[in-house]
Amino acid sequence: MTKRTTSRTPVLSFTDKGIYCAAADAFIDPWRPVDRALITHGHADHARPGHGAYLCTEAAAPVIRHRLGNVKIETVPFGQAVAMGGAQLSYHPAGHVPGSAQIRVEVGGEVWVASGDYKVAADGLSEPFEPVSCHAFISECTFGLPVFTWDPQPTVMAEINRWWAACAAAGKTAVIGAYSLGKAQRVLANVDTTIGPILTHSAVEATNKVLRAQGIALPETTQLTAEMSAKSHPGALVIVPPSALDAAWTRRFKPVETAFASGWMRLRGIRRRRAADRGFVLSDHADWPDLNNAIKESGAERVFVTHGYTSIFRRWLESQGYNAAIVETEYGDEAPEAEEDAEAALLPDASDNPPEPSGAGA
Amino acid sequence: MTGSSGFALFAQLFVSLDQTTSTTLKVQALADYFGTAPPADRVWTIALLSGRRPRRTVTTTQLRNWAAQCAGLPLWLVEEAYPVVGDLAETIALILPAPSDMVQPTPSTPADAPITTLATMQNGAQSLGPTADLADWIVMLRGLSQADDKTRHQCVLQAWQTLGTTERFVFNKLITGGFRMGVSQKLMTRALAAATAIPEVDLALRLMGHWDPAEVDFETLVLAPDPQANLSRPYPFYLATQLDAPPQELGDPADWVAEWKWDGIRGQIVYRGGTAFIWSRGEELITDRFPDLTEMLDLLPDGTVLDGEILAWQHTHKRPTNPPKQAELPLGDVPLAPATEPAVQAARIPGLAGQPQPFAQLQKRITRKSVSKKLLQEVPAHFLAYDLLEIQGDDIRTQPLAQRRASLEQILQTLPADAPISASPLVQANTWDGLADQRQQARGYQAEGLMLKHRNSPYQDGRKKGDWWKWKLDPLSIDAVMIYAQAGHGRRANLFTDFTFAVADETGALQPFTKAYSGLTDAEFRKITAWVRKNTLERYGPVRKVRPELVFEIAFEGIQRSPRHKSGIALRFPRMARWRQDKPASEANTLADLTDLLSAFEQ
Repeated sequence: MTKRTTSRTPVLSFTDKGIYCAAADAFIDPWRPVDRALITHGHADHARPGHGAYLCTEAAAPVIRHRLGNVKIETVPFGQAVAMGGAQLSYHPAGHVPGSAQIRVEVGGEVWVASGDYKVAADGLSEPFEPVSCHAFISECTFGLPVFTWDPQPTVMAEINRWWAACAAAGKTAVIGAYSLGKAQRVLANVDTTIGPILTHSAVEATNKVLRAQGIALPETTQLTAEMSAKSHPGALVIVPPSALDAAWTRRFKPVETAFASGWMRLRGIRRRRAADRGFVLSDHADWPDLNNAIKESGAERVFVTHGYTSIFRRWLESQGYNAAIVETEYGDEAPEAEEDAEAALLPDASDNPPEPSGAGA
Repeated sequence: MTGSSGFALFAQLFVSLDQTTSTTLKVQALADYFGTAPPADRVWTIALLSGRRPRRTVTTTQLRNWAAQCAGLPLWLVEEAYPVVGDLAETIALILPAPSDMVQPTPSTPADAPITTLATMQNGAQSLGPTADLADWIVMLRGLSQADDKTRHQCVLQAWQTLGTTERFVFNKLITGGFRMGVSQKLMTRALAAATAIPEVDLALRLMGHWDPAEVDFETLVLAPDPQANLSRPYPFYLATQLDAPPQELGDPADWVAEWKWDGIRGQIVYRGGTAFIWSRGEELITDRFPDLTEMLDLLPDGTVLDGEILAWQHTHKRPTNPPKQAELPLGDVPLAPATEPAVQAARIPGLAGQPQPFAQLQKRITRKSVSKKLLQEVPAHFLAYDLLEIQGDDIRTQPLAQRRASLEQILQTLPADAPISASPLVQANTWDGLADQRQQARGYQAEGLMLKHRNSPYQDGRKKGDWWKWKLDPLSIDAVMIYAQAGHGRRANLFTDFTFAVADETGALQPFTKAYSGLTDAEFRKITAWVRKNTLERYGPVRKVRPELVFEIAFEGIQRSPRHKSGIALRFPRMARWRQDKPASEANTLADLTDLLSAFEQ
């Protein structure tokens, strides 16, 4: 297995199947079936079916099992080194969703880190992001433009609380669209539960169940059923996947006010086009200052940028003295949770070939 | 951060309006604002919401440069971010750091000329702090038109340093001159009525015409208007509704006055105090573009207001040697009208000493701010008057139409035969069938059909159903919003040609009701295709959900209930009669209009 590793082989290389570690003969978040996959987190564009074996963190495993069914998964605690072939692997918190990791790969003293998706600011739910020193850093840049800066979470949660309370006071049902793995639980974990009852869409509740079973504390929720209405649950907050925001069930909860929680809500045009009543700027990706800080703190000389405003961000990094390159990946599509990424495809910077809309049935 | 200043209140209003799609909530937010904002700010808000925006006094290049500098970012990065955001004012507001983190401009060398200060520039006014009102900021911005670049730079930086993110955005919108708030003048007027308890109709009248928000106060403009104060002021236009039932249902034809529905620009000619003003229906003052229409007005009594249609004209008594050009149809265009349609020049219209020309001719006159002698000769204009609203200074809008019409004919009689103004001829028939026969002539006369007006109708305000009807040639048509687009096949491959259309229900939600594929030119399809690419919201296989913005006039031959269609409605031979580039989606027809048509058709 180690025969392919020579001193000239890069620690990680970029193939049409995914990010490849020759020394370990394993792929990081591959998008085509491979024998051995190193998985950063459970979102469907990163953890895909069909691989021979999966390695992920203990905290990420339950969701991946839940989603992929009977696959061969091995787990590793955060920070613990694993030898695989000629490589030393370890997983470090990425702060994106519970269990999400950056994967550190060390071969012959050279260290590369693949970030997966990450956010630096603590969210009260995920294991907080941990900077990892490295020679080369593979960074996402979903929000790699200086217009994307996030207010601190308490500020945004206070806005959400005020909105919910105002809805409840006005006899309206507050319906918030949030991705069913991560954002939904982040809202749940931080919202003021004294305002009223919290109802959840089945897709959200399924994830809640998995996370609760692994010991993550979430406030009490009730799954939506066909019998429920504004009458049975006045003043409720309903958490649904974004694709279910304007679905037929909302009629039973009239009058409703809808909101959408996403980093894209930072832009007024997208906010308006979403046609929700409110947009809350709450993202599980790093904003512009945090992307820059994370890259700086990694100490890396070489930076590879993936999914997002890659060409602009690379040019910026080069102007800041980094050796930067773009890596084409296939992250940011297919998964309902990946809508923050999918949305980018509709923006002027992206190609004319965005992925098909996802989660239509949710 | 600046909770009580007028500008902070205005920024809050902007946010409230932006945060809801409900008309009721928007009106309420505005009404609250009109109840609490400083009076001068109210006037400016009315001005901003009625299209009286301040001119841009700083170039967008300057703004981009200054913003990049403040944010410590290279200019190229700001320029890359702009198309993603889609709005320069917003881009700048988003990239500017907190005031304390703003990069200070490098101090100029001592050799530089002394910096003009705000104080000296503004004629002794203080520089603006966090307590400044909307009016203060706008006055400052207007003052920049006289200032040098250094002063402009300084004022803009000072504003950015003073204001929070939302206020910065609103300020940037003001300075870039592109200020829109998603509220129509009509909604604003309704809110003002709610706040002041003055009837909406009165307010609409008071807010029309020429007034400068810097010179008029709220009291004068809104609360205590002097009817003599503004000679130019037109009356709010009374708009007709499309006839959605057989005319027989209107009762005795003797109760109705029929006239041609001309295809020109609906307008009012206001002649007061020896001066003439011409207003278009869009409340635009267009006097300068039609000097030929005001030539003989002094023969009319002072204090006259006419409602009518401005048309490109061909005088029958002096035929030009070169026949006027027809509107050019691109090759390959499929005309909706039968090819055997009578030629324009051939038809002589009873009661007229001239011939209306196609709208395309008139367009030559409206696209130019000032008109040359040559153009005046080439495309003379004519005003066919429908109605008289004011005579000798008296508002006679409440008189019955028949009485107003008699007065109209009487005063126009005093004009010479070659005057550029004449009464639009009435279409006479004793029976509805007789009128229907006459109506068939409309196309040959360059008219769109007939207007039916009740002989006792007052001249009302806005679109009020019941007294005035458009009886157009197309039996049925509706203005609908395009919501899905799909590429065509064969020679239409790669062109989006198959569209799904929707109208808004009572909640404002768009309900699809028909598809249409034909009726537009290839050039129009190409233009729409480019638009669809840029305005795709989602994809479902080959179908794209697009921004609900484009409005098309959908013509069809019949309408019936259909359980097979999701909307419950099926149309017969729907096609796109016209791309209504002049209409925003908010002005398209509604589901209520469609169901009205349906119930009318079912009888």
